[in-house]
Amino acid sequence: MPLTETIGEATINGLAYVGGLAQLTGGAARAVFVEPFRGGKLRLGRAIHQAMAVGVEALPIVSLISFFIGTILALQGAYELRKFGALNQVANAVVVVMTRELGPLMTAVVVIGRSGSSFAAEIGTMKVNEEIDALETMALDPVHFLVAPKFLAMILMLPCLTTWADFMGVLGGAFFGVTAAGFTFRTYIQATLDALILHDIMTGLIKSVMFALVITAVGCHEGFSTGLGSEQVGRSTTSAVVKSIFLVVLVDLVFTGIFYFTAPR
Amino acid sequence: MATNLIPKDETPGAPADCAISVRDLRVQYDAREVLHGISFEIPAGETFVILGGSGSGKSTLLRTLVGLEHPSGGEIRIRGRNYATISEPERDEILKRMGMSFQQGALFGSMTVGENVALPLREHTELDESTIEIVVRLKLDQVGLTGFDNYMPAQLSGGMRKRAAIARALAMDPEILFFDEPSAGLDPIIAAGIDELILKLKKAFHMTIVVVTHELASAFLIADRMILIDKGVIVANGTTAELQESKHPRVRQFLDRVPEPEISEEIDYLQMLTGETPPDRR
Repeated sequence: MPLTETIGEATINGLAYVGGLAQLTGGAARAVFVEPFRGGKLRLGRAIHQAMAVGVEALPIVSLISFFIGTILALQGAYELRKFGALNQVANAVVVVMTRELGPLMTAVVVIGRSGSSFAAEIGTMKVNEEIDALETMALDPVHFLVAPKFLAMILMLPCLTTWADFMGVLGGAFFGVTAAGFTFRTYIQATLDALILHDIMTGLIKSVMFALVITAVGCHEGFSTGLGSEQVGRSTTSAVVKSIFLVVLVDLVFTGIFYFTAPR
Repeated sequence: MATNLIPKDETPGAPADCAISVRDLRVQYDAREVLHGISFEIPAGETFVILGGSGSGKSTLLRTLVGLEHPSGGEIRIRGRNYATISEPERDEILKRMGMSFQQGALFGSMTVGENVALPLREHTELDESTIEIVVRLKLDQVGLTGFDNYMPAQLSGGMRKRAAIARALAMDPEILFFDEPSAGLDPIIAAGIDELILKLKKAFHMTIVVVTHELASAFLIADRMILIDKGVIVANGTTAELQESKHPRVRQFLDRVPEPEISEEIDYLQMLTGETPPDRR
């Protein structure tokens, strides 16, 4: 196949995939934000159940990873900063990088591993076992019934987890600052608060909402695309993780670019 | 619980006592047509069996009847209403009055048996929880699963899973009940129990029952009328007695359990399924 044809086909497939994700997200958004005002059901119980799985149960691992990332950032930052005699700037470096970038990104990666893969596996298994067909024969829309609660749980829980990850990252930085950089805990936190601006936190949170949409859409889309046979569930799960990570990084790049070029100078 | 019957088509000439009418139905997967213009009618209150071998198109026909596949041609009328032209809410109303029991049960693995049966009631009715609980117990009693409402589907045997799936299909008091291979994978005693249950349901509720199967003993026991599908076309349509007396070679081969000639090449297998000669062999 000629190169141009290969590129053209890949582009069309990519656009069709993104179109599928947008359609799924649109359907879920309608089920959450529009249908309840037209007499439709908002399955709050299922959403709360999902929120527990997506958010609360992820707290320990998100906390641990963010703490370590904060410590690593402080170590790496201190390595360069001490050359310039600016070791006291380590708190600024940690909080800015955590809130703008690594807090949202690392939380998204953890949630992809825990929940994005689980969405694909759950829906894929239901597809293989004809449970999706059963929903349709009961006049229940699988997007309303399965995707909408996950969508609602993710857009609420990922920003919360991200905020918590930012806090744990700062604590990780403080661990280094207090033990090896001459800070007291109070002076480290004060330096952090001085460096923290609302814009940094907001850009991180906006990204985390976008990541939530991507993770939910890809996980559910891969689940619904599962072929026949149980081994296909494994493939869908792997595919959901790989595609989610790629798309999350892509969305991160786009939004970081937007925030950079629109930021007040 | 919903009490409205499937609204009948008021169009003059619409058959009044016909639950399902299928006219020149065609279904294709990509470019391959698997049902080639099938027509039949299912009178209300009868048990109608769709017989056919593996790959004959009988499961595709059933999936099309319940709206899981879309026809590429022809029409399906449920109580006289054309399935393809009605609005989505109308289609949902019809679906709510139909029940479907899948081959493997298709029970939701994350819910208990009771929650599975309660699901359509919780989603489609305004019944309070205590009433739903009573209805769930009643439905489980009807299928011989009294006291199993708190079991998970994975804790049940194959036969019990099928019974639980039937209880869920009965939850909304359907007018039409569909079964996909109800006896498949079950030992003869359990399979006989499922047949008996289908007969009991028909006697008790006078519902229209559509069963897809390749189990001859079961089919002849429960059917009022049956069709035999082969390579996507109907080769026989009649009562059980009429089918048993049929001289059609494919009907005789099926009923007398005569094996197909051995298939050694993929192209021959596809030809056997579709009945079409590949272009390079014409």
